[in-house]
Amino acid sequence: MAYSEKIIDHYQNPRNVGSLDKSAPNVGTGIVGAPECGDVMKLQIQFDENQRIIDAKFKTFGCGSAIASSSLATEWVKGRTLDEALEIKNTEIVRELALPPVKIHCSVLAEDAIRAAVRDAKAKAEQGRTTAAVAAK
Amino acid sequence: MKQSVYLDNNATTQVDPRVVEAMLPYFTTKFGNAASRNHAFGWEAEAGVDTAREQVAQVIGADSKEIIFTSGATESNNIAIKGVAAMYGDKGRHIITQKTEHKAVLDPCQYLAEKHGFRVTVLEVDAQGLIDLQQLRAAMTDDTVLVSIMHGNNEIGTLQPITEIGRLCKERGVLFHTDACQTFGKVPIDVEAMGIDLLSCSAHKIHGPKGVGALYVRRKRPRVRCEAVLHGGGHERGMRSGTLNVPGIVGLGRAAELCREGLANGEVQRMAQLRDRLFQRLSSRLSDINVNGHPTARTPSNLNVSFAFVEGESLMMGFSEIAVSSGSACTSASLEPSYVLKALGVGDELAHSSIRFSLGRFTTQEEIDYTADRVVAAVEHLRKMSPLAEMAAEGIDLKTVEWAHH
Repeated sequence: MAYSEKIIDHYQNPRNVGSLDKSAPNVGTGIVGAPECGDVMKLQIQFDENQRIIDAKFKTFGCGSAIASSSLATEWVKGRTLDEALEIKNTEIVRELALPPVKIHCSVLAEDAIRAAVRDAKAKAEQGRTTAAVAAK
Repeated sequence: MKQSVYLDNNATTQVDPRVVEAMLPYFTTKFGNAASRNHAFGWEAEAGVDTAREQVAQVIGADSKEIIFTSGATESNNIAIKGVAAMYGDKGRHIITQKTEHKAVLDPCQYLAEKHGFRVTVLEVDAQGLIDLQQLRAAMTDDTVLVSIMHGNNEIGTLQPITEIGRLCKERGVLFHTDACQTFGKVPIDVEAMGIDLLSCSAHKIHGPKGVGALYVRRKRPRVRCEAVLHGGGHERGMRSGTLNVPGIVGLGRAAELCREGLANGEVQRMAQLRDRLFQRLSSRLSDINVNGHPTARTPSNLNVSFAFVEGESLMMGFSEIAVSSGSACTSASLEPSYVLKALGVGDELAHSSIRFSLGRFTTQEEIDYTADRVVAAVEHLRKMSPLAEMAAEGIDLKTVEWAHH
C-alpha cells in the first residue's frame, strides 16, 4: 500500500512528540487502544485558565497512519478550547491525511484520544475550581 | 549502496540468470509439446522435462519417476492432501496436521472436514513452533490415513523433526506428506532416510520461475496413489492432467540443480552466517528484541524478530527501500496478526512488532550491514515516540495495565 505524502511527512517529522507531566493540574491525559490490537495512543493537552489548549504532546505505538493521525491531532487541538477540541471529527483526519478505508480506525482512535484527554482535562479543571473555592472560603 | 535491498526471499525470489538461460530455448526453438510422441519437437521437449525430473529427484534422493510436475506448491499440497483423501477415504477418514502450516495445507484439510466429513486434528506447537511428537503419536488412530506436517516454516523458519515424524508414520502405516517449499534445496532432504511419502516444492522459492512446482509421490514401500484433482489427458502418471509447462519445468530443474550445487559448496552456510550476522548487528545495538521461532532448528534463510514497543508496519515505513515482511495485523488484509506467531503463544503485541527478514542467493554482506543500520535507526526513531517504551522505562509492567480495548 502506498502512503500519502502527508502521512509520510508526519511519520518522518512527527509534530509534538513527547510527554507532559500527567500529574499537573492543567494537563489532561488520554490513553486509548491496546498493545495486542496493534495500536496505543497517548495524547496530552495543557490548558490555561480559560480552558484553552496551549500545548499538546503525543506518543503512539501503531502503524504509520496511527502515528500521523495522532501527530495531526496535536496540531489541531492547539489553540482551541477544550470544547472546541471535541468538535474535531475523525472524518476530517481521514480527509486531511487521505487515509485508505482500511486505516479509518486510526482516525477513530485519534478522535477517541482527544476525547479522553479532554475528559481528563475537564475533570481536573473542575477539581481545580472546587479546590480554589474551598481555599477562598 | 544500491537503491533497494530484497530480504523477502521466503515470499519469492529473483530468478537466477542461469535458470532463465536454460529456459529460453524452450519458448522459441524447442517449443514442442512434451506429449507429442511422433516428432522431434515433442521429443526435444520431453527430453527437457526428463532432465528436469532427474534434477528435482536428485535434490531429495528420489527416483525421477516419483516426481509429478504441477503449477506450484499450492497445487502440490492440494493433490497430496485431497488426492490421498479421495484414494484412501475408504480405509480411513482422519488427517493430522498442525497449526503453523501454510494455508495451502490448512485450507484443503478444512475443505475435507467440511465437505467430505473427514476428521482433522490440528496439532498445537510450542513457543518455538515445534510440534510435540508424543501428541502426534497419541493423535494417530486406526482411522488415520495422512499426516501433513511441513518441513520449514515460511514465517518463523522452524524446522519440524520430520525424520522422527516419518518414523512414527511408518510404525502406524500412515502416509506422511511434507510441504518442503522453504527447505527444498536449502536444507538436506532424503525422502528415504526421512520416511517421506509425499513432498511439495516450488520453483519460485529457489530462484526459479513462478507457476511451476513439483510433488514427490513415493512409488515403493509403499506405493502411494493419489486421486487426480485435474482431469483431462492423464499426464503425469494420471495424477495431474494438462499440457506440461515445459519452459517452467526446465527452469525448476535447473534451479534445483543450482541448489544442489549450493548445498554441496557451502552456499547454505554462507546464507546462515549472513542471517546470524544480521541478528548480531541488531541485538548488539537494540534492547528488547527477540527471535521468533526456534533458535537453532530453523531454515538458513529466515530471521524473524520482534522489536518490542514498536509496530511492524510503521517500522517497515522507516526503511521503505528494504523489502521485508511483518506479522503485524496492519500489513494484512484481515487486520489480524499472523496466525503463525499467535500459535506460538508469544502474545499479539509481539506479533504486531515482528519483522521477517529472509535471505537469498544474491544477498550480500554489504546489504546485511546496511539493513542492520537502517533497522536500528528506525526502531530508535519509533521507540522515542512509543508510549509503551515510555511505560516500560518507568517500570510499568505492560501486562498489568488495563487497556481500553477497541
